[in-house]
Amino acid sequence: MKPRQQRMLAVGLSLSGLIIAAILTFKAFEENMMFFITITDVVENNKAPIDREFRVGGLVVSDSITRETGSLTMSFILTDNRNQLTVNYTGVLPDLFREGQGVVAIGKLNQNVFIADTILAKHDENYMPPEVIDSLKDHVAETKEGY
Amino acid sequence: MKKHYLPILFFLAIMPIFFIGMDRDKSVLPSPLIGEKIPQFSLPSLINSELQIDSSELLNNTFLFNVWATWCVGCLEEHDFLMKLSESNEIPIVGLNWRDNHNDALAWLRDYGNPYTIIAEDVSGRVAIDWGVYGAPESFLVNSNGIIIHKHLGPLDDDIWERDFSRAIINDAN
Amino acid sequence: MFPEIGHFALILALVVSLCQGSASLYGAAKQNKDLITLSRPLAHTQSLFVLIAFACLVYSFVSDDFSVLYVASNSQLALPLLFKVSAVWGAHEGSLLLWVLILSTWTTLVCLFSKNLPDIFSSRVIGVLGFLNFGFILFTLFTSNPFERIFPSPLDGNDLNPLLQDIGLAIHPPILYVGYVGFAVAYAFAISAMLSEKLDKNWAKWTRPWTTAAWLFLTIGIALGSWWAYYELGWGGWWFWDPVENASFMPWLIGTALIHSLAVTEKRGVFISWTLLLSVSAFSLSLLGTFLVRSGILISVHAFATDPERGLFILIFLISVIGGALLLYAKKASDLDKKVGFGALSRETFLLLNNVLLVIATILILLGTLAPLVLEVFNMGKISIGAPWFEIAMLVPMIPLLILVTMGMHSLWIKDSSFNLYKKLRSPLGIATLVGIVIPTFYYGRSGLLLLIGSTISIWIIISSLLSLRSSWKNNQGRFHINRSVAGMSIAHLGLGVFVFGVTIVSSFGVETDRGFSLGDQISVAGYEYKLNSIESIKGPNYEAIEADISVFDGSELISHLRPQKRTYLVQKSPMTEAAILAKWNKDLFVALGDSLGNDSWSIRIQYKPMVRWIWLGCLIMALGGLIAISDKRYRR
Repeated sequence: MKPRQQRMLAVGLSLSGLIIAAILTFKAFEENMMFFITITDVVENNKAPIDREFRVGGLVVSDSITRETGSLTMSFILTDNRNQLTVNYTGVLPDLFREGQGVVAIGKLNQNVFIADTILAKHDENYMPPEVIDSLKDHVAETKEGY
Repeated sequence: MKKHYLPILFFLAIMPIFFIGMDRDKSVLPSPLIGEKIPQFSLPSLINSELQIDSSELLNNTFLFNVWATWCVGCLEEHDFLMKLSESNEIPIVGLNWRDNHNDALAWLRDYGNPYTIIAEDVSGRVAIDWGVYGAPESFLVNSNGIIIHKHLGPLDDDIWERDFSRAIINDAN
Repeated sequence: MFPEIGHFALILALVVSLCQGSASLYGAAKQNKDLITLSRPLAHTQSLFVLIAFACLVYSFVSDDFSVLYVASNSQLALPLLFKVSAVWGAHEGSLLLWVLILSTWTTLVCLFSKNLPDIFSSRVIGVLGFLNFGFILFTLFTSNPFERIFPSPLDGNDLNPLLQDIGLAIHPPILYVGYVGFAVAYAFAISAMLSEKLDKNWAKWTRPWTTAAWLFLTIGIALGSWWAYYELGWGGWWFWDPVENASFMPWLIGTALIHSLAVTEKRGVFISWTLLLSVSAFSLSLLGTFLVRSGILISVHAFATDPERGLFILIFLISVIGGALLLYAKKASDLDKKVGFGALSRETFLLLNNVLLVIATILILLGTLAPLVLEVFNMGKISIGAPWFEIAMLVPMIPLLILVTMGMHSLWIKDSSFNLYKKLRSPLGIATLVGIVIPTFYYGRSGLLLLIGSTISIWIIISSLLSLRSSWKNNQGRFHINRSVAGMSIAHLGLGVFVFGVTIVSSFGVETDRGFSLGDQISVAGYEYKLNSIESIKGPNYEAIEADISVFDGSELISHLRPQKRTYLVQKSPMTEAAILAKWNKDLFVALGDSLGNDSWSIRIQYKPMVRWIWLGCLIMALGGLIAISDKRYRR
């Protein structure tokens, strides 16, 4: 092979490699994109994706935390001040999980119960996850329009 | 060669995203309770533990509901302003002493002065949860019908009072 | 008194930094000797004032001066002395002052160690650094003054965020900032080079030790952050692809690319404009990271309390610093690239590929980090990109990159032959393949494609690095001579091999599980038995805690008692999990106490992390390699 052909071959090979890598990367991107969906959208508008994880956020309703004694599985109600969603979770909770606190849950919806595999609460008293703030804000905006 | 302009073009292309992203102001937290009735509660008074303060007794008067605690630095920051506000007799101030030590709270009032008309003691923090308190200090403006008309997170001062609270009172009266 | 002195010193530093910037740059432009000789004294004066300001803030913390709002918000009487000092950078205002202090310190060092450079060149560097510090001090004074007083002053403070009351996080920010800010020096050198009439490869030689120094601190800083997140957050991972972590990883990747391309530019005089662009980009990404963290624009668990006004200031600063540099680059770079030939198989080619792959990795991370923001801005829904995507996406550039490391190390400049390279690398590859298959399959008892690729490549890198290290020693007529550049490079790559090996093993064989324990229960996880003996209350200086006592058995042999705690800090009333870790060179056993499940039973998180220490050990070895490379004699001339 002449040097010119060699170079063409090298360029061609790396280019096709790059294209395959790019396609795989973007496909993985699609698959790993996780939507944040407000509780109202889940409950009223059936916007929850099926068989795919998503995030919900809201405030933990007072007195809604229940668990069987000795069991790692617990459940609580999450609210965006308009609708409520029951969340089931098995595992160790983050330190700042408590009633009235804003949390984000990641998981899937199963017959109107949200099965969370991760619960996030930030390590800061005054912190509210921005997603939760936005979903509470949305609701405020709606009620104001309603007047 | 034009290719050396690519980096700056790329940079200029992503900058607008940051500008727009910045607009989403997260420091203003609207309370879901604005425009709603105040949550009911009945708590002991901080000054006289035998006295119960019931939220229904507070109605029929516009008042400022202020959440504070001795462990909260911002509360001390706004304390001067609250003293001035209370001396002006413009509006009664109802305090909610939040998750605090009883004796510390009394000592605090003794040392710095007491701007509050009455103070309810919320040791467990349950009432604060009902009110959707994010942190201390936090202030709610409640009108004579018991409707929350404004809320502020963080220390109060003259500017904020004039700009937000006084206006909210006037708007409400209209 | 002291806070006022500090505030005043900071104002003076602002004025002097402006003088430093304008005198040095104007002097260099006009070739005015008097102004140029002023640049160093001005820089030292500026640094002195910043040091005074910082010392005043430290003093306010140590002396419990709660009349200072920042002290009152981030400290308290019962806080241990070490944390009173580290509380200085525990929140936004103080950490910004620390940033300014570090930039001043870098400036001072540049002034001291640049005396053999042409006056005009070093004067420009000092001028650029002066303007950078002017921007940061302005930011501090106008949006984030740490010296603000509060009246009446509280009797006690609000305490430091309990999460930050930890030795790892006391030292993590300073070291990380030394790295971030260090890239400002590379940036200043690049600007100075682009302003020169005649740009040659000397610039690359001058800037190399500074870049390596910044890179090595960034490496240690990131490793410390990862280590801290591992044991303190209690989530049991060592990297979460959180936006704030990504913000520190992107400058690291570009810094690594820069180190490699500087080597080519210095040795062979090629890639000059590309190297300049990387110098500017490394610092730009550091600034971008700061902006993302402090403006609250991205959602992160690590983000500072946010303030849009601050964000706007940083954004404007960002545009002038990055935009200005890129504009200068666009104008100047075009007539830089000389035609210097090199063969298709040569060290130049491998280093070029290294750069391409590292830049691809950076772009992928940038994409994943900014995608949620872009979609939200265009109202296309709120999304987040999970860690799994980053893990998959990183394989694309990283596997080829790691394969090329050994070849790059052992190939010759200008032109090499494939036979020669094959001869040098075949036996390491043979051994690596054997060991790389045997260890996972027989010692850990499992195999898989990615696992075998990972362990083979990492061992291949380790062996070739050791061979390359051996070749850096020359026995010259009885006198030992070490080529420190080569030795440093080999050790850094050795660290990379160790790191990759750790990552491969821990991600394949690590076990994480949450279990419910009643008192006396014994549960087996990954071959070890855990028994919950007791739960009791204890008291610390500024917290109360419940502590579990858990015996760990390997078979029937008792190997350790682990005592994880759940603390409640008294002032902020916030709970904190303190994990207990049995750390061995080849594995970690990690236990964290969760919530009470009622009836004397508790949720407990147990993790088995084989080879996890190798991850941080690898980073330290990489940094050590950098240190050795800087000590090479040719930079001291």
